[in-house]
Amino acid sequence: MRPALALANTFPATAASPQATHDPASISTCLGVNIPRAAFTELIGGVSSGRTGVLLALLQQVTRQGEFCALVDVQDMFDPATAAAAGIELSRLLWVRCGGNVDHALKATDLLVRAGGFGMVALDVSSVSAATIRRIPVAAWFRLRHGAEHSGAALVVTGERIEAGSCARLQLGVHRKEVLWSAKLLRGIRSIAERRKWGGREGVCFDSRAR
Amino acid sequence: MFASIHAPGNLPILLDCARRFSPLIEITSPETVTFDIRGLGRVYGEPGKIAREIERLIGLPAHIAIAANPDTAVCAARGIAGICVISAGEEGRALSALSLHLLGCPPQMGELFDLWGIRTFGQFAALPTAGIAARLGEEGVDWQRVARGSARRQLRLMEEKIDYSREMELEDPIPLLEPLFFLLARFLFELCTELTARSLATNEIGLRLSLEKEAEHVVTLRLPAPMTDQKALLKLLELELSGRPPGAAIRKIRLTLEAVKPRIVQEDFFAPAYPSPEKLEVTIARIRHFVGAENIGSPRVLDTHRPDGFVMGAAAQRPTSALPALRENLVRMAFRRFRPPQKAHVITEQQPVHITSAVARGAVGIAKGPWFTSGNWWRTDAWNREEWDIALRSGALYRIFRDLRSEAWFVEGNYD
Repeated sequence: MRPALALANTFPATAASPQATHDPASISTCLGVNIPRAAFTELIGGVSSGRTGVLLALLQQVTRQGEFCALVDVQDMFDPATAAAAGIELSRLLWVRCGGNVDHALKATDLLVRAGGFGMVALDVSSVSAATIRRIPVAAWFRLRHGAEHSGAALVVTGERIEAGSCARLQLGVHRKEVLWSAKLLRGIRSIAERRKWGGREGVCFDSRAR
Repeated sequence: MFASIHAPGNLPILLDCARRFSPLIEITSPETVTFDIRGLGRVYGEPGKIAREIERLIGLPAHIAIAANPDTAVCAARGIAGICVISAGEEGRALSALSLHLLGCPPQMGELFDLWGIRTFGQFAALPTAGIAARLGEEGVDWQRVARGSARRQLRLMEEKIDYSREMELEDPIPLLEPLFFLLARFLFELCTELTARSLATNEIGLRLSLEKEAEHVVTLRLPAPMTDQKALLKLLELELSGRPPGAAIRKIRLTLEAVKPRIVQEDFFAPAYPSPEKLEVTIARIRHFVGAENIGSPRVLDTHRPDGFVMGAAAQRPTSALPALRENLVRMAFRRFRPPQKAHVITEQQPVHITSAVARGAVGIAKGPWFTSGNWWRTDAWNREEWDIALRSGALYRIFRDLRSEAWFVEGNYD
């Protein structure tokens, strides 16, 4: 059995935050945010919240472990240069660009999640309108969850709103706390991640840094 | 037991005949073919019956010899007309009368035998072995063993280039894909069975469809890994033909599989799991069918400063070893790119103060810039722009730029 994707290494604590812990290893314990294998995880956040940074950190962790990942990109917004800078091994990443077609994205995710052998399959529905997301039947999410359970892949769906109901084993919310500027540069985003489902604990603060 | 057929100028017919009896065939010379017939006694009976069966199937005048070793069979076939069956232990006596030029030894050795007055196999066989070794060396002893009928060697098997293809001309042209898939399934079953029997696989499928009114429809599928899974191959052809169907009814089908050695992998017990190449290829083909070939693959960042410089490549088929963890395992700020960049109307007062576009709208709270970037001025895909990082009052972060050639503003993407 492969271990869960521990976010302990990908979420460094920031001492500047009053809520932050100084010990990176304790963040996972604090939030209980190990991305589970063979399960559906929602990663929710608004524009510039830091959710894509978290997704890239997860992809980086999985590809550097030697596993294959797939990213189904509904709006074709993934930037390979940023991903390479984040340490993602791009040769181990299968990128599917769906040109805004949510049906194609769901179908592709379903095929990938059932193919087996992928460490993680990510579906990015960010920038898709709320009305379109609402039209996705819950049965489609359940089908994806079932596929992930069968193949053992970690299925991560990221967006502003997902509405997968009880499908998700873990729902992780990310929201922006502040933007980090220096004199003439955008330095990064300080965000707070919190476990929304089965949660109740305080969020943890982390920084997504620019290069 | 070995059989040898000698018939000058008929090598293809000799090979055809030999293939009916054995896969272990040696082309001894352009006139002689030798093959292994061990075990055929259960099918045809005694060696004489096998020889007569060979004579019946070959259908032309040929010398046929059967012996316990290949060299004896070859020499007998070359020197004795008709059918000759030599029992084990009788080789020396059977060959003794044959002329020594049938031995096939080097010319200088033949000249020496002439000088010695040695003309037949029997005379050469009767010479003392120690004397032959002293005068002709080890090679001479080997030739003497052949003359005595006691040489033992393996057949030098021919390497045959087999054409793994099936062709069918249809009486009535078929306008639908469904019956075509039915025929392809049959062809693939036969060809994959043949490949598997020879421990081979295929990494390229070629399909040529002759159409009723149009030119040929050609499909070539190159597989990332050799495979013999007929269902996977059929599915790949189905997906390809469904996406790009032939333009008219099909008159003739020709399916060819390129034979290569199969992929033999020693799996690592501790290596991470990865998708099997066969399954991954079918999955990618299924997705490619509806998203398009250019929209699936592994991206490769180009060595350029051009914005959004990348190409899509084929996905890797095997995992390599794990890479060392990053020293700074920080979360990086991601950039989400609009493709193409979204046109915007920007009000500026030395810096952007308000933006209106399909993706971002509102007053600009903070703007950092400008940064200028340009390149490829000598080409049609040149760029020359002024970039700004902006934060709207809502807190959303965007990268916008002004194209200095057209003076138009665009939203390139947002930071996340």
